[in-house]
Amino acid sequence: MDDEGASIVSWIRAHLADIAIKIAVLVALVAFWWWATARAQSLFFPTPDTVFESLWNDWLTNWSESWRENFGPSLKRLLLGFGLAAIVSIVMGVAIGRSSTFGDYVEPIIHFVRAIPPPAFLPLFIILLGIGDLQKVVLIAIGVFPPILLNTIDGVRSIDPQQFDTADVFQISTRRRITHVILPAAAPKIFAGLRISMSIAVILMVISELFAATDGLGFRILQTSRQFQYVQLWAGIVVLGIVGTVLNGLLVVVERRVLRWSRV
Amino acid sequence: MVVLFIALELLTRAELVTPAYLPPASEILGETVRLFGRRAFWEAFWATMRACLIGLAIATLLAVPLGLVLGLSKWAHKAAITVVELLRPIPSVALIPLAILVWGRGAEMKIALIVYACVWPILFNTIYGMHQVDPISADTARVFGMGRSKTVARVHLPAASPFIFTGIRIAASVALILAVSTEIVAGGANGLGIELQLARELGDLKLSYAFTIVTGLVGLAMHFVFEAIGRRQFAWTTKAQAS
Repeated sequence: MDDEGASIVSWIRAHLADIAIKIAVLVALVAFWWWATARAQSLFFPTPDTVFESLWNDWLTNWSESWRENFGPSLKRLLLGFGLAAIVSIVMGVAIGRSSTFGDYVEPIIHFVRAIPPPAFLPLFIILLGIGDLQKVVLIAIGVFPPILLNTIDGVRSIDPQQFDTADVFQISTRRRITHVILPAAAPKIFAGLRISMSIAVILMVISELFAATDGLGFRILQTSRQFQYVQLWAGIVVLGIVGTVLNGLLVVVERRVLRWSRV
Repeated sequence: MVVLFIALELLTRAELVTPAYLPPASEILGETVRLFGRRAFWEAFWATMRACLIGLAIATLLAVPLGLVLGLSKWAHKAAITVVELLRPIPSVALIPLAILVWGRGAEMKIALIVYACVWPILFNTIYGMHQVDPISADTARVFGMGRSKTVARVHLPAASPFIFTGIRIAASVALILAVSTEIVAGGANGLGIELQLARELGDLKLSYAFTIVTGLVGLAMHFVFEAIGRRQFAWTTKAQAS
C-alpha cells in the first residue's frame, strides 16, 4: 500500500516536471515568435497577437458563417471521401486477405495506384468529374484507399489459422465469422491504416480546395493569400493545424474504445 | 496486369465506356511511350526530380543532426517534442499559398515546402533509431575511452542508420507528392505537375492519362531504387524491416 502510494506520488512528480517543461517551452516559443516578428517587421511574418486577434475576429465571432462557408463543406468532403474509402477498402481487404487468387489479380494494380502521388490525379479528375464536390471526394477517397487496404490485407493475413479452425469446429456461419473472428482480429492493423489515412485525407482536402473551389478551408487560405492578407492567412493555417489535430484525436478516441480488449 | 489491360481495351473498343472518358488502353500506352521521346517531358521530369532531391538532401541534413541531439538528450527531447507536436499537424499543403507569397512561384518555393514536409519522417525515425541503440555498446565505447562525439559517430549513427534510411525512404515519396502538388497549384516554369495541368487545360485526355501514369512510374522507380539501396547497405540488419 505504502509502495503504491509512493509510486503514485513519484509518478505525479515526474509528470509535473514534464508539464512544467511543456508550458515553459510553449511560453518561450510564443515569446520567441513575438520577439522575432516584432524585430523583423516583416510583412510575411506577423506578430502572434495579430494572428490570435484574427482567429478571434474572423473565425470565432462569426462562427456560423465560417461553419457554413469553410468548415462544413470541407468536413463533408473529408468525411465522405474517408468513409467511402474506409468501407470499400476494408471489404476488399478482407476478401483479398482470405483469397490468395483474388489477391494475385488485384495486388499489382494496387501497388501501381499507390505509387502515383494522389495530387497527380487532380487534373485528370477535373476533366472526368468536373470541379464539384464529387471530384474532391473521389480524390480524397483514392488517396486514402491504399494505406487502409494494404493494412487490412496485412491484418487479415496475420490471423492465427487456429482461429479459423475453431470457427469451423463450431460451424460458425461466414457472416458471423467475418464480424466476430476476422474483423476483431484485424482491427489493430486496420486502425493503423486509418490513422495514416486521416492525415493524407486532410492534405488532399486542402489541395482539392486550393484548386477550382468556391468554399472550404483550403479555399479560404487561398483567398486570403490572393488578397495579401498575411495575418488572416496565418490564422487560416493555424485553424487547419487545429482541424488536423482534432480529427486525429477523435480517431484515437474511437480506436481506444474499439480496441479496449486488445490492450488487456 | 495483362488481363486488366485487355479488359480495358475491349471495354473501350466496344464503346461500353465512352471514349470521351476513357480512351482505349493501347492509345494511352502509346501516348505514354511517346512521352519518353519528347524533350519537354524530360525537362519537366528533371525539374521535378531536382526539386525533390535538393529538398530531400536539405531535409536530411537538418533532420538527422537534430534527431541525434534529441535522441541523446532526454531533456532536449521533452522540450522539443512540444514544438514538434504544434508544428506537425499543420498540413504541408496549407503552406502553399504562404510559400507562393514569400518565395514566388519558382523552384525555391517548391524546395522550401518539400524540406518542411520531409523533415518530419526523417526526424522521427532518427529519434526512434537512437532510442533503439543498445546501451551496452555505448557504454563499451565509453569504457574504451572514446569521446562523446566519437561515440555518436561510431556507435549511435551506424546503429540508428537503418531507421534513418527508412525515414528518408518515406520522405522521398512525400517529396514527390509535394513537388507535384505545388506544381499543380502554383504553376511555374517546369515540372511534371505543370505538364499535367497543361494537358488538362488543353483538354487532352490521353495526355492527362499518360502523365498520370508517368508520375506513377516515377514513384515506383524511386521506391525500387531505395529498396535496392536498402537491401545492399543494410543487409546486416533485419531491424529496418521491423520499423
